[in-house]
Amino acid sequence: MSRLLPFIGFMLLACLLGFGIWWNSSHDPTAVPSPLINKPAPTFALPKLDNPTQLVSKDSMLGKPYLVNVFASWCFACGEEHPVLMAESKTLGIPVIGYDYKDEPADAKAWLAQHGNPYDMVIADQSGHTAIDFGVYGAPETFLIDGKGVIRYKRIGPLTPDVIARQLMPAIAALQKEAP
Amino acid sequence: MGKVFRTWIWLTLVAISGLAAAQAIDPLPFRDHAEELRFQHLTSELRCLVCQDEDLADSNADFARDLRHKVFELMQQGKSDAQIKQYLVDRYSDFVLYDPPVNTHTWLLWFGPLLILIAGGAVVGYTIRKRSHTGTPAAPTDNGDDW
Repeated sequence: MSRLLPFIGFMLLACLLGFGIWWNSSHDPTAVPSPLINKPAPTFALPKLDNPTQLVSKDSMLGKPYLVNVFASWCFACGEEHPVLMAESKTLGIPVIGYDYKDEPADAKAWLAQHGNPYDMVIADQSGHTAIDFGVYGAPETFLIDGKGVIRYKRIGPLTPDVIARQLMPAIAALQKEAP
Repeated sequence: MGKVFRTWIWLTLVAISGLAAAQAIDPLPFRDHAEELRFQHLTSELRCLVCQDEDLADSNADFARDLRHKVFELMQQGKSDAQIKQYLVDRYSDFVLYDPPVNTHTWLLWFGPLLILIAGGAVVGYTIRKRSHTGTPAAPTDNGDDW
């Protein structure tokens, strides 16, 4: 038995290191859990990208659930996410709001003109001040906000067909069940 | 020749490091030196989330600059260090702090090493007691000396 002890110790260490490798590859170590989930979304009032004199606020969006997708023309991963949104944003059943993050309005418009516009509306946060209240630290990020203005789901990183099917759609379905 | 070359390299290095330091610090209108020191101390305790191995004070990332400006703005509003940290934790979770607080999510982080120490101590204690009870001599040491 005592001869086996070093071997058992080695196996335990190997298991621990193996778990570490598995754990780091099975989730994104740079993803920070948002403390805002199930909390009221911050109040915001941001201009529309195509009509800067018109402000969109949290109050004006109350009543129905909606999706906020943080993107920017300079954001590489947003380019990967974009075709997915183009294909699926209309099938979600709720309005999808584009949140143009720290971007030149002209760049954002050109980007949307070139790649297509999957959004029902685009709001622009050129300074990034409101994004701090949303806990945004990199695009793309996606928030699901319910009719009472509460953040119910957040995705950091690109939406993929898999994430939409497994996480976002069930979250939207749950919302629509509770508020018919 | 060698000496001139070395001096030249040295001057280049000094110039480069000076440049890097100048880039990381963006000029903020501090009232006095004490306020600037407080700002430097506070931002060195906060993590830059896009460049996770840097603190807010040293990071050149655009996002870090935005958060530095927010910290400065909150300082101007008369918020305390604790209030400013809480403001950021409310939005970015405890992860934004370099010094994680003790709570239900972090107890393993804080007390895990203690648990391992206790477990190791228990194994050592058990082995010693077993040996003294059975009276077997300690394992022969010449085994270890061979290599």
